[in-house]
Amino acid sequence: MDATPRGLKILTWITVGLFALASYAVLVYAPREAVMGDVQRVFYFHVAAGWVGALAFLVAVIVGIAYLITKQRRWDTVGLASIEIGVVFTLINIVTGSVWARPIWNTWWTWDPRLVTATVMELVYVAYLMLRQGIDDPDRRARFGAVYAIIGFLSVPLTFLSIRIFRTIHPVVIGSNDPGAEGTFDMTAKMFQAFMFSLVTFTFIYATLLWHRIRLQHLADRVEQEKVRLLAG
Amino acid sequence: MAERAARRRRRLGGYLRAIGAVIWKDLAAELRSRELLGAMLVFALLVVLIFNFALELDVRSRATITSGVLWVTFTFAGTLGLNRSMAVEKDRGCLDGLLLAPVDRSAIYFGKTAANLIFLLIVAGVVVPLYSLLYNTNLLVPGLLAVIVLGCLGYIVVGTLLASMAVQARTRDILLPILLFPVVLPVLVAAIKATNGFLQGLEMADIWPWLNLLIVYDVVFTAAAFMLFDFVVEE
Repeated sequence: MDATPRGLKILTWITVGLFALASYAVLVYAPREAVMGDVQRVFYFHVAAGWVGALAFLVAVIVGIAYLITKQRRWDTVGLASIEIGVVFTLINIVTGSVWARPIWNTWWTWDPRLVTATVMELVYVAYLMLRQGIDDPDRRARFGAVYAIIGFLSVPLTFLSIRIFRTIHPVVIGSNDPGAEGTFDMTAKMFQAFMFSLVTFTFIYATLLWHRIRLQHLADRVEQEKVRLLAG
Repeated sequence: MAERAARRRRRLGGYLRAIGAVIWKDLAAELRSRELLGAMLVFALLVVLIFNFALELDVRSRATITSGVLWVTFTFAGTLGLNRSMAVEKDRGCLDGLLLAPVDRSAIYFGKTAANLIFLLIVAGVVVPLYSLLYNTNLLVPGLLAVIVLGCLGYIVVGTLLASMAVQARTRDILLPILLFPVVLPVLVAAIKATNGFLQGLEMADIWPWLNLLIVYDVVFTAAAFMLFDFVVEE
């Protein structure tokens, strides 16, 4: 286990390659949007980061349920890794959205339901990390983490429904738009290809980071065991 | 067949009796110590008072911010109550005693939830008429009272579950609001919007979407807490 597994090495290099290609697709290959200009290019990574955030939290719920049923530590490790990645990518999602909103909505931030619910989602999982920090017993930490991941995820559907329930100015590029939405546009074929490619790339980034993080956790656990063994001996 | 039905009825009766016993225990303890309700009430009134100075609750602004003031008050007072009600169980080893009782653990959860809900509703029952009196706004509208009951229910259902987790952590008192507020936000948003609707005399058609959201979240959170409570208290 000490050497990086071969599969992980290969996956990492594939991801690096994909990210380089995705950057090219987004910055060069995709055409310049006529009305918004270059700032529209934020959209590709913005949505992809949001997608990774949602995917990560969904994975955390599934492995949370798996942990509560089987009580196997490896599910907890996956859950923690997934949520840490989700928190980072949701933050990227919020920040890139803000960068785009400055020229398009003429403000960094607006109390729009879509923005607020994304932030609430972020706060739920920051609270999850704080909860884990406050508990010393590893079994209890894993159990509470799983319970909170499940409860927290119940408030996430609102994030994705909010764009339909509430009146919002956030554009929906895929599907029907709210008449009050500002900064909406129609994707050309090339834009759509760049968009799909970013989604795939970010999914690869998620998988790679998840694997690295799980491996890191295993190593940390082993260091902990060695420490205990040394102190006891 | 009839025998099985009778046995099932007996079991349900036992379950309800267990819930009743937990509620009665909490109410009796409160009646004798008077620790919790007094603190919650005074705290709630202080929150209203602070809002009075912070927001200049004059006639015009009152119409739009009353619902916000009310729900922030209930939320804060509720956190105080939830923390206390679970900390008491944990500190004096009562929780272990309760868990040893030969009843379904969800009965303990529902008992604690009902007791917490009763405390919060008593606080609301004092704050709402008092607010009406102090600010000369009639809050005693049937629809509005229903919203308060539904909102407090959703808040307490999640709050009791998370409080029983928070008391087992090192950072317990500060942890509860951090865990609770983001999760319970859908309930609060729906409750605030519905309250606002009733206060401004909107059509029922405009209020129903929020009421529906409130009811959906009450049901979802109750079901989730019912299933998850076992994992929170198991050792």
